[in-house]
Amino acid sequence: MAIVSRGFSGRRSAADVKLPPGQYLTTDFPVLSAGPTPRVPLDQWEFAIDDGSNVLRRWDWKAFRALPSETVTVDLHCVTRWSKLGTTWEGVSLDTLLAGIKTDAEYVLVRSYGDYTTNLPLDDLMNHKAWIAFRFDDEDLAPEHGGPARLLVPHLYLWKSAKWVRGMRLMQEDQPGFWESLGYHDYGDPWREQRYQGDE
Amino acid sequence: MAGTAVSGRRVIWRVGTVVAFHDETATARTITLEIPDWPGHVSGQHVDVRLTAPDGYSAARSYSIASAPNSEGRVEITVERLLDGEVSPYLTQELAVTDRLELRGPIGGWFVWTPRQTEPVQLIAGGSGIVPLMSMIRSRAAVGSTAPFRLLYSVREPGAVFYRDELQLGADHSHCVGITYAYTRVAPKNWPRTPGRIDPALIASATWPSNLAPTCYVCGPTSFVETAAGLLAAAGHSPDKIKTERFGPTGDRK
Repeated sequence: MAIVSRGFSGRRSAADVKLPPGQYLTTDFPVLSAGPTPRVPLDQWEFAIDDGSNVLRRWDWKAFRALPSETVTVDLHCVTRWSKLGTTWEGVSLDTLLAGIKTDAEYVLVRSYGDYTTNLPLDDLMNHKAWIAFRFDDEDLAPEHGGPARLLVPHLYLWKSAKWVRGMRLMQEDQPGFWESLGYHDYGDPWREQRYQGDE
Repeated sequence: MAGTAVSGRRVIWRVGTVVAFHDETATARTITLEIPDWPGHVSGQHVDVRLTAPDGYSAARSYSIASAPNSEGRVEITVERLLDGEVSPYLTQELAVTDRLELRGPIGGWFVWTPRQTEPVQLIAGGSGIVPLMSMIRSRAAVGSTAPFRLLYSVREPGAVFYRDELQLGADHSHCVGITYAYTRVAPKNWPRTPGRIDPALIASATWPSNLAPTCYVCGPTSFVETAAGLLAAAGHSPDKIKTERFGPTGDRK
């Protein structure tokens, strides 16, 4: 049972009804990362998909940017409780990147410059639910927000949308990533409020 | 990579009772809570605090823990009041001693220091980013650790310093924490450095050199952390030794 906070009425708006439980609305774009912001020169950037033993696909920046891209407008929900609605991104769909790869893998470990990792079920990256994004609000993605390119998986808490991505591994077995090893939820659905380890 | 105090354990909502307040500055207040079933924490971790209105509406925010780990079930948080905040004005102005408060934690296993660590430690705080670093300083003192600590603490003006007396006391002791204050707007009279943002010269004079391989903890507003972490990396510190905790302009965090 919640304890009523004597004298607290809170601030609420009609927009709150669209938010997942425990979130509040923000209009700016806070930053959360575990270490310094890596600076990745575009001529050294790459994105690779492997299965643990073989590299299945690899793109340099030029090849990556030559892929068909999509512009999407999505809501963001950070585990630190802010939500930002209607953000517009340009990116390459994971469906495009994974096209033609035959695999029985069920999980993915995404890795970043700066050694960050995060894990997701492969299904959560398919069917136009995830992108490698390189533009935000009609501008090249700033380094502190994950540029040159970041994963965008808006239906999960934002820590799953790894910044500064460099590749991903297809896996049969789930393997926790960085925050998932440090007390945060393995899946991270904001609508079920899966913030921390053990949340239902 | 540090282990975690929350590993394998569900983080449940608990009820704390407010037992004391201490005003740190004109806008920041330390709240001492007694939580009988508190599972313990590690310095650097935070809690989620939840307020609930009579009609069931609730709002929650994260706050860093300021107190050292202890066995008495006492947890202190220091809350900076934000003008447009939803939770921090209540916590710093409405909340009274004996009120009960719901909280959940401890949370976080990355931005933490434990007494098992014996290597040099560089703390860099911007404004209320001092809170989790203070927990580390207190933890070090509580266990008598001799791990070499330095603190670079950037504030707007002298009146914005949290924990002033306690930091001064700690700096005077043997095995002291070396403290450097940096002022961005107004410095005390005859202060050697012109008020301004942290820069390479300050990092060179006020922090451990990279060849000592210190673990660096940087906490503060996003732009401050971006700058400080960038300066540390440029000074030769390995990125994996630079741990950061940021709070955005709208976050009630800390």
